Amino acid sequence: MDRKVGIIGVGSSRFGIRNDVNFSELAFESFKQALDDSGIEAKDIEYYVVSNVGIWSSEELPAITLGESLNLVGKGSLRVEAACASGSAGVKTAYEMVKSGNADVVLVLGIEKMNESQTPNVVELIGRAGNYFWEFENFGLTFPGYYALYATAYMNEYQAKEEDLCKVAVKNHYYGARNPNAHFQKEVTIEDCMNSKYVAWPLKLLDSSPITDGSASIIVASEDYIRKNGIKEPVWIKSIGYSTDTSNLSKRSNFLSLRSTVEAAEIAYKKANLNKDEITKKIDVAEVHDCFTIAEILAYEDLGLFPRGEGIKALKDKQTYIGGKIPVNLSGGLKAKGHPIGATGVSMMVELTKQLKYKAEKQRQADIKNGIALAHNVGGTGHYAYVTILSLN
Amino acid sequence: MSNETTLTVVEKKRKSLPIIIDQKRNAYLWESNRELKLKYMLSVEKIKRFFEGLAENKLLATKCEKCNELYFPPQSFCSKCLSNNMKWVELSKEGEIVTFTKIYVKPTSFSHYADYTIGIIRLKEGINVLAWISEKNVNKLKVGMKGRIEIVNREPENYLTYEIIPIEN
Ligand SMILES: [Zn+2]
Repeated sequence: MDRKVGIIGVGSSRFGIRNDVNFSELAFESFKQALDDSGIEAKDIEYYVVSNVGIWSSEELPAITLGESLNLVGKGSLRVEAACASGSAGVKTAYEMVKSGNADVVLVLGIEKMNESQTPNVVELIGRAGNYFWEFENFGLTFPGYYALYATAYMNEYQAKEEDLCKVAVKNHYYGARNPNAHFQKEVTIEDCMNSKYVAWPLKLLDSSPITDGSASIIVASEDYIRKNGIKEPVWIKSIGYSTDTSNLSKRSNFLSLRSTVEAAEIAYKKANLNKDEITKKIDVAEVHDCFTIAEILAYEDLGLFPRGEGIKALKDKQTYIGGKIPVNLSGGLKAKGHPIGATGVSMMVELTKQLKYKAEKQRQADIKNGIALAHNVGGTGHYAYVTILSLN
Repeated sequence: MSNETTLTVVEKKRKSLPIIIDQKRNAYLWESNRELKLKYMLSVEKIKRFFEGLAENKLLATKCEKCNELYFPPQSFCSKCLSNNMKWVELSKEGEIVTFTKIYVKPTSFSHYADYTIGIIRLKEGINVLAWISEKNVNKLKVGMKGRIEIVNREPENYLTYEIIPIEN
């Protein structure tokens, strides 16, 4: 069996430092919205996937904790971990279940409550997301440090400046300021970014995504179920591409591109019958993985949105704003919306579903022509990559 | 609201609730009493020669006897051909710096060090090594500059490790 899979309901919590809610309460916010949006009831869900890294928060069996509080006890479940791509990996899990005919309705709930731990400990735990012994134990790499290694190489190769990277922050904060769910709802200037402190040279605080709490939920269903229940306007998951890269960064052949993104995109484009050379003509809007400013620039080039070395120019020319060649991260991206690790990939689906259905806030709504959107979710430092294509048809 | 009153009262009477208030968000937080200290014990039996090598001032890698694949970090089996017939080979310790960074916001377990620079050097053998760089001023570093590996002592722990020494042209 090979069936179409549609997103029938989406929801998102407010992102930020959410000390006002516990783990279940945070999940409840996005879960209730997704359920209301879909028009189905919790009893109709056959299986639920929880995307969560969780090493910084207290609940060791997050799926079970949430099963009890969201009245899903007795349904099949699992927790999915693929670092910062856990959300997309969760979507992939649900997609395969429905596509193969093993389930008709599956919930994916991505959640992270990172602020249960103190910031230096979170910095440490994310920094360990590489090769523990050879890169962390002895050399203390951090997550910004890993991406900084790419930034240094990129800046050297293409004569890019720190100001150029800051343009990503300016754009994403501009849209974050227009997203009521974003962690940072405040615009920043190039000067603000340049004046912010270094976290890992050449990356500064405003080049980095924050430590965020948040949850996002989507409900996916089979075409049969959608038709039978008269569910209107599903957004179809056309394809999901995926790849991985080495644990040790030192094993990578270059630091100008994330190989895993290139490969994930190739798979996703092929399965959705899209040609990489004309990808910006086919896609109306994209959410890409901008955990750091440099990551968004690498994504432009690795996804084929812009030629190699021209990511910086695209930013200068505002080609990734609304009205440009391809609007990117109108949610504010990980940079301003925030990056609650396990929720991020699911949140991308929530955002793009809203964009495709003209349900985003007016000031950050893209023009939808072809009804196709792209989500790009990276785990670690290119350790995992997922590219998902969504479509109205 | 009633919740809040109750909490305050209890707090006053017993002064024993591990509750702190996030003033900014006006949210009560329970500070867990259960603190865990994590320290791993890592098995290095099959690559112990590497550590003996450091004591002999050598940077050692492994090479597959069957397919000649070179491994750094060293490993006791070949990922490519799945042979576990490996030999130890000494690396040149000379190469070119491919990229670098300087860590300002440090992990908890590295907070006792001064801000440190990290680089990746591509050795003559075509293999990359990631390590701290002796030069802490990033303005004195350049992608493509020559460098070498030196076996050094890591203080204050006092253990052997390796470091990248940039060579100015
Ligand atoms: Zn071999």
